[in-house]
Amino acid sequence: MRDPKIHYPLPSPPLRPLPFPLTTIRAGISGFPSPAEDYVGRTLDLNERLVKRPSATFFMSVKGDSMDGFGIQDGDTLVVDRSIDPRPGHILVALVDGEVIVKRYEKRHGRPLLCSGNPRYAPIPLTDLDCQVWGVVRSVIHEYPV
Amino acid sequence: MIGLVDCNNFYVSCERVFQPRLEGVPVGVMSNNDGCVIARSNELKALGVEMGAPAFELQQWARQGRIHLLSSNYELYGDMSARVREVLEEFSAGVEPYSIDEMFVRFDGFDHPTTLALSRTLHHKVRQFTGIPVCVGVAPTRTLAKLANRAAKKLPGYHGVCVLTPEGNETRGLLERTALGDVWGVGRRLVERLAIQGIESAWDLRQADPKAIRRRYSVTLERTVRELQGTPCIELNDADRPRDRIMTSRSFGRLTSELGEVQAAIRQHAQRSAEKLRAQDSYARAVYVFLKTNRHRADLAQYSPSVVVELPEPTDDSRPILAAAQQGLEAIYRRGYRFMKAGVMLLDLVDANRQQLSLLDTPERQAEHDKGRQLMAALDELNQKMGRGTVTLGRPTAGAAWHLRCAHRTPRFTTRWGEVLQVGEGHKLKRPDQWPGR
Repeated sequence: MRDPKIHYPLPSPPLRPLPFPLTTIRAGISGFPSPAEDYVGRTLDLNERLVKRPSATFFMSVKGDSMDGFGIQDGDTLVVDRSIDPRPGHILVALVDGEVIVKRYEKRHGRPLLCSGNPRYAPIPLTDLDCQVWGVVRSVIHEYPV
Repeated sequence: MIGLVDCNNFYVSCERVFQPRLEGVPVGVMSNNDGCVIARSNELKALGVEMGAPAFELQQWARQGRIHLLSSNYELYGDMSARVREVLEEFSAGVEPYSIDEMFVRFDGFDHPTTLALSRTLHHKVRQFTGIPVCVGVAPTRTLAKLANRAAKKLPGYHGVCVLTPEGNETRGLLERTALGDVWGVGRRLVERLAIQGIESAWDLRQADPKAIRRRYSVTLERTVRELQGTPCIELNDADRPRDRIMTSRSFGRLTSELGEVQAAIRQHAQRSAEKLRAQDSYARAVYVFLKTNRHRADLAQYSPSVVVELPEPTDDSRPILAAAQQGLEAIYRRGYRFMKAGVMLLDLVDANRQQLSLLDTPERQAEHDKGRQLMAALDELNQKMGRGTVTLGRPTAGAAWHLRCAHRTPRFTTRWGEVLQVGEGHKLKRPDQWPGR
């Protein structure tokens, strides 16, 4: 049993590779190659794929339906990277009026806007707000009940 | 050149990264058990709240919403500290944690402008990547780097970055304005003795003759003089230096992946650290354990984890410290990595004499506490007389479950899936439901 008091800070989690064997088998090679050969260096790691810069990557969870139109649903997990400079088209986590929100950063007629993926939310011009970018969303993890 | 990167009000800054509402308001972080303040935001400092102030004296303000008091969240602080270290490691091959919120960084072979530019980059990148504001002080020696860091923090003109050369008017001016007590390793008693001799500022001390200082005071102070003059002679694990944290670490003779070997090292380091803690009459609140693989062996898998384990109460007893270190090790050790170094650091030290006994104390607990003190005194005496390591503690059994009061602890945003930050939709931005536009 683990003591609940122990703290596990792991910004770069140890790799937990999944074995991923080649499904095609090479033919016509003399000798008896070790069956393990095809496993060497062929492991896939989701951390490696989704977390480009561990020190700047944070996970967050989504509340609400304002981003449905962009494929971000209530309860999804966001992979947020603080090391990226935001550009139009990026999905951002931002601090707006003391609230932490997720929105799409767009530019229309040269005016920067924070847009929702849901018509019930109006796009907001950034100039009107006390707004600070927290980080850029690199990916969204959606888990289905199975 | 060596740089010191110091996180500003570290515990409070960690909390603010995830809670924008705490920005710009007085925030204090409390120790869990005895309820005193162990970290303060600038706004709380400005209200005159001292380090170690009892939390109950502040409850009135907290209830009125004038200040925010949070329980300590070491899990979050440990993770954020590791992130800061990782960012620094992108820029320097030599990063040595000095405490949970201070790291020495080697900058070798750069001229002044390059060093300054690099320091500014560090200052900016750590803030951008982790959200933690830091100050950077760079100088030829650790003692000067400490002073440079202080200047970077206190003098607005530096904008958080100060690079000092050994000669030059800037360094002189700074040293002249630095009181002796603010020089690394110069304690209160020394300040009084030096004042009699007419040595009052860091500059006075720098002008002193190192050999005379050695004869009259100690080798330690001689080294400080030489460091102030720009000659590096203090290493990180240097003995005899009054500490605000205690670190014991050593490289293994060869790379090892043996759990037994790593455990033995951690056990040794934890006991040695506890001994140092008692020698300087302090109590520790938390234990930091780290492992390192060899960065220069690109052919080997790299894994350099660290962990903070909170002690059930501030203590100088080897037994809970050892137990905490062992638990920490179990949490981070992974098979298959070949470790080069292991270390134990004691954090958040308090003066043993000032440590007020917690309100829960009963006569039985007092008796137990006294018994522990006697045992530890006997242990230290034996080891001193008969040689270090004569008497050591065996492997502790898994510690009893400790119940901590942590009513105000914030979520462990970075280390528990169930507690990650929730991002909302921006209620104020929502159109009223009757809004006709589609």
